[in-house]
Order: sequence, then C-alpha cells, then structure tokens
Amino acid sequence: MDEPVIQALSSQTCDLIAVRDQRDRAAFGRLFDHFAPRLKAMMVKGGLRDGSAEDAVQDVMLAVWHKAAQFDPHRADAAGWIYGIARNRRIDLARRRPLAQPEDLPEIESDAPDPAQILALQQEASHLVAALCRLAPEQAEALRAAYFDDIPHSRISEMTGLPLGTIKSRIRLGLERLRHELRKIAP
Amino acid sequence: MTQITHHIPDDILDAWRAGALSHPYAVVVAAHLSLCDECRAAVETADMIGGALLDGLEGQALDAGARQRMMDALDTPAPPPVRGSGVFPAPVVAALGGQPPQWRMLGGGIRQQILSADREGALRLLYIPPGRAVPEHGHRGLELTLVLQGSFSDSEGAFLRGDVETAHDSIDHQPVAGPGAPCICLAATDAPLRFHALLPRLLQPIFRI
Repeated sequence: MDEPVIQALSSQTCDLIAVRDQRDRAAFGRLFDHFAPRLKAMMVKGGLRDGSAEDAVQDVMLAVWHKAAQFDPHRADAAGWIYGIARNRRIDLARRRPLAQPEDLPEIESDAPDPAQILALQQEASHLVAALCRLAPEQAEALRAAYFDDIPHSRISEMTGLPLGTIKSRIRLGLERLRHELRKIAP
Repeated sequence: MTQITHHIPDDILDAWRAGALSHPYAVVVAAHLSLCDECRAAVETADMIGGALLDGLEGQALDAGARQRMMDALDTPAPPPVRGSGVFPAPVVAALGGQPPQWRMLGGGIRQQILSADREGALRLLYIPPGRAVPEHGHRGLELTLVLQGSFSDSEGAFLRGDVETAHDSIDHQPVAGPGAPCICLAATDAPLRFHALLPRLLQPIFRI
C-alpha cells in the first residue's frame, strides 16, 4: 500500500491489515494490548461479570484473528470493525438464539486498494472522533449508554429520572449531530 | 445486481444492531444486508461510532494469563463460514439448515416452507408462480417480506430481488407475482396472518400461514 495511505491509517488499522495479509502474530499481540482492556470495559458495562467478560474478550479477539481476511479498510477502521464483532458477541450471550448475521463479504484482494477511498474513510473516522468530543456531555452520555449499556430505553429513564421522550430525543439528537458532522465532510 | 429501492427502515435496522429483533425479523434483516450494500454501509457507519466510543473507553485490566491464553488459542481452526446457495443468501441457508427448500403446496401453484414458527413469530419461504396473487391478507403485527427471486407488486409498489416490503397491521395488500421467473420471497411475521376469504381462514391452522 502507498506510503501516504499507510501514514493516514491508525496504527491499529495497520496492525489489522498485517494480521490479514501476513498472519502477523506480533501485530495481533499489539491489537490485543490495545483493544482487550477496552473490550473488557465494554462487556462489563454491558452487564457481564468479570470472568464472563474476560471470556467474551477472548471470543471477540479470536474472531478478529479468524475473520481478518474479511477486514476491508475501504469500509471500516479497525476500531469500528472490532466493535461490530464485539457487539454481536455481547448480543449472542444475551439471546436464546444467535442473532442472524449477513453473509460474509468476499475476501479482500489486498493488491488492489483504492487509496482515495481508504483516506476518505480514515478522515471520516477522525472527524467522527472530533464530533464526539464536541457533543454536549449529556448527549455523549446517552450515546455511550445506547452503544454499551445494552439497557432498553425505559431502564435509562428509570435510572436518570428523565422522561422517556427526552432520552430518546437525546440519543436521536446525538446521532443526528454526528450524521450532520459527517455529511459536512463526505456528502 | 439490480438496484434495490425498498430498504430496511432505520428503526428496524437499529433494533437488529441492538440484538432486539425476534428471530424471524432478524433473518429477513440479515438476508437483506447480504444483498444491500447501502444498508450494510449504514450498519458499518453506526459501528464506526461504536468503535470511536470503544477507543475512548477507559480499559479494565485483564487477568495476568489472558494474553498468553489468547496467543495459544490462535492455532484453533476457524469455524467454517456459511455460504449462500443459488438465490438464498447465507442467513437463509442457515435458516434452511443447509438443505434445499422442501416446498408444501398451498393450492393455485403457490408453495411455502415454514422455517420457524413459535412464540417469536413465523418465518417462511413463499413460492408464487408468475402472475399469481397471494390471497389478500392483513396482519396483526408487522410483516417483513424480502424478494429473493422474481418480483411482486401490490398497492405499495413493485418489489424486486433484494427489496423489502415493510407492512404494518393497517395495510391490507394483495401481492401479485410479476412475469418471468416465479417469485420466491422470505416473509416474517410476529403473529399468524389474517386472510379475508373464509376458506383460507379455515385452512390457516393446517398450513400455519
């Protein structure tokens, strides 16, 4: 891949590409060091106890190793792709039946990347982080709850004492704001 | 691939991402995502937000042996992926148990196979010959219908491969299969369908449609 593209990618995304293309165990180790503690925090927030949270982290990271051939930097960055795998794992631990999943994307031709699209996506990701930082604290909190706490909206309302409509509109406003931020960069 | 014009509504897609959909609806959403790059990209965008939030979380320390256990586990073989077959994308193949469909005749050349039916609702495949109408029906809850082959049209418009019709209980509709290939679609409901004619209603317990 071209030098400017590599420089624009997050180091996690580069490591994931190395895992994908070279089955690079050292790169995988770095991904583990970065994501495993955060994934554990996500699983604990989602209601798992310490031991189950650790097991879930192992499941997620093993799936990252096994599914790396499907990682496509044109479509996602490493954090988003790994979050998606973790989200599904968390859901399946809570469901009677595993959640039906879409068909795997065809494996990536690693020799035909489109640098412009990868760069655009990476830019979108960093603008997204900037947009998250600009959210009002209560919007950011509601968004985190929607993504990690795995609590139906009615429970959020019980906990915070806010009427349901307000919570829903906060989550919606937070997402709308993010969409708006993204549209400004990539219409 | 034909242009998909009828997508999964945002609220249903959000519910799928949250794992909150019952099995029949979840299979229809997963099958649509298998065919629709636009909706798949919408899920990926939402996951990018999740990824940015994940990156911002304060990590929790893992058990001292966790990293070594992880590295030792890397040689375990990956589970084989489920692949699509013919007009059926992978989640439909999974719902079929990896077997080809075993159609049951419903009369008028219409066939169906029930893939699941329990308190979560019903999921079935329908096979409708060209030009043939499915008996007019309303339903008590939400019906999601995904076209896998051929087409159908009703008061809501024309639906081709990959298109999803989202019909709420207020809609009375009479889908008619388009010309050409027989229409094969995947339909999910959360309650049995109501047919207007007397005979289909009598047959409902027998065919469970």
